[in-house]
Amino acid sequence: MSLIFTLASRNLLHDRLRFIATVVGIVFSIVLVTVQMGLYLGFGQMVTTMIDHASADLWIMPAGTKCFEDPSLLDERKRFQALAINGVRDAAPVVIGFADWRLPSGGTTPVFIVGSDLRSGGLPPWNLVAGSAEALSIPNAIAVDQSYFDRLSIKGMGANAEIRGQKVEVMAVTKGIRSFTTTPFVFTPLDRARAYTGIAPSKAAYFLVRIAPGADIESVRARLRGSLSDVEVLTTAEFRERSRAFWLFDTGAGAALFAGALLGVIVGTVIVAQTLYSSTKDHLNEFATLRAMGSSGLYIHKVIVCQALLSAVIGFAIAASIGFIVVQATAESALPIVMTPALTFWLFLLTVVMCVVSAIAAIVQVTRIDPAMVFTR
Amino acid sequence: MSEPVIEAVDVVKLLGEGAGQVQALKGVSLAVGGGELTLLMGPSGSGKTTLLSVLGCMLTPTGGTVRVSGHVTTGKGPEDLAKLRREHIGFIFQSYHLFPTLTATDNVRLALDVRGENSARAIAKSQDALAKVGLAHKTKAFPRELSGGEQQRVAIARAIVGNPSTILADEPTAALDSQNGHAIMTLLAEIAEDTAHGVLVVTHDPRILPFADRVVRIEDGRIVGEEKPAARATTTNEDSVGIYDYADK
Repeated sequence: MSLIFTLASRNLLHDRLRFIATVVGIVFSIVLVTVQMGLYLGFGQMVTTMIDHASADLWIMPAGTKCFEDPSLLDERKRFQALAINGVRDAAPVVIGFADWRLPSGGTTPVFIVGSDLRSGGLPPWNLVAGSAEALSIPNAIAVDQSYFDRLSIKGMGANAEIRGQKVEVMAVTKGIRSFTTTPFVFTPLDRARAYTGIAPSKAAYFLVRIAPGADIESVRARLRGSLSDVEVLTTAEFRERSRAFWLFDTGAGAALFAGALLGVIVGTVIVAQTLYSSTKDHLNEFATLRAMGSSGLYIHKVIVCQALLSAVIGFAIAASIGFIVVQATAESALPIVMTPALTFWLFLLTVVMCVVSAIAAIVQVTRIDPAMVFTR
Repeated sequence: MSEPVIEAVDVVKLLGEGAGQVQALKGVSLAVGGGELTLLMGPSGSGKTTLLSVLGCMLTPTGGTVRVSGHVTTGKGPEDLAKLRREHIGFIFQSYHLFPTLTATDNVRLALDVRGENSARAIAKSQDALAKVGLAHKTKAFPRELSGGEQQRVAIARAIVGNPSTILADEPTAALDSQNGHAIMTLLAEIAEDTAHGVLVVTHDPRILPFADRVVRIEDGRIVGEEKPAARATTTNEDSVGIYDYADK
């Protein structure tokens, strides 16, 4: 094995305090980026959770709908027009809207009603931990997420409450269906969703289209667009992207997360660059000796880059461990930080790039080194 | 003298710029042959170290020509000059310049590593070189565990391990006591017994004169004299060092 690795590792460990400072800088930076990007992913998943769990090939929605929570409404007649289109197997209406949940202690808290036709299976609750979706057909039955029990002042299955002055009873409980707005989702059949939100029986927010077996989705979409006015017809993937783009970028939330991540990268780069530079300065005599002995510039650059890469690997290992703990700790929170294999890979790549870029100042310093200085020191 | 292993012809070197510019070398010509130990002596500021730097391809001359093992250095860039150094020149410094975080073997091996030599072969050669300088038992020692004399021996092993044609030594005994100074000069004299190697030693130290085949004196950037001592001291001829401290050992 070449001495490049030996020299790099010994240079790093020679001054332990500085090495610790370097690693702390990398860890701080990467944990910050991990949290920001994990929040970005978590936020991205959360804002599209309803779209992801709906059984739809195409979504018919009012023109200009920005996201799932957009309260614009369609007329039920459009559903029948859609059903008449060749290739459309089903067009399940979905009703959404805010309503007031009356608390036993007095006062109200807002809830977000999601209503669909339970027989057609448009958007029923999922991740059920108690009760069943079928139980929602019982009069006044609703499903809520267990994480909102405190918020709704209920104890669980069988709890009674009032929405918009109408009695409701919890007959199904879900786990992990959380809203990024922290407003609890309440699943209920279509007719009662309209009653809780005050939406007219002839209106719906979406029609979830399922196409007939063998039908071409683009052809069906083209026919729907041709037949229905003032609506948009999007695939699930398109609606997911539109919703994600709205919440992450139109609201500025994503920009804020990216800005935080960028700040982490800048801080990390500056810290690593500063410590690598000062380490190189401390070992300038040794680098000059190497140069005097006839080492190529590339050999010396490799030593410095190897130092940077070693710092990156050690720093990333610690940062990833901390990130894993943070992910676990936030898994049940209102806005979980999500870590995926792809994000882990990109974070590692970012750490390596950050450390190598940080080495540039040190490399410039040794590139200018005068080997003749060995005679004067 | 056999064919020069290193040679300066009419070398001029200007240092600094503007009003502070000085002519450190004023047309210096000097050749070191294989099998020859040459001492370069002169007062401080006479141009010894500048000449050593120019001959060692660390400074490019302002005028004149330098040849290293027959290669003219004129017009060569920093990387080409570095290649000449690693292939043809071994350096020994007054303050050793060993790497404190590397063992004696690795310090020596570094001279081969920068050439890209195979690790296993480089380790074997390095241990051989350390054995030649009497440090076979200190191969795993770090510089801090070695005396000044031992550190300089490691530096000599590092200088010779690549079998360069020229050894350039800058005040190699200045930081050593008489006993160690003698041992170091004995080693350099042994190296210079081989006609494949020429040794140039820059020194202030008159005690090492008996080890020289030739003494070149430099003053104010010019060669001002040259003498040849009658007989060179070697390991088997220590008595000839006679009048000098080193020979008193």
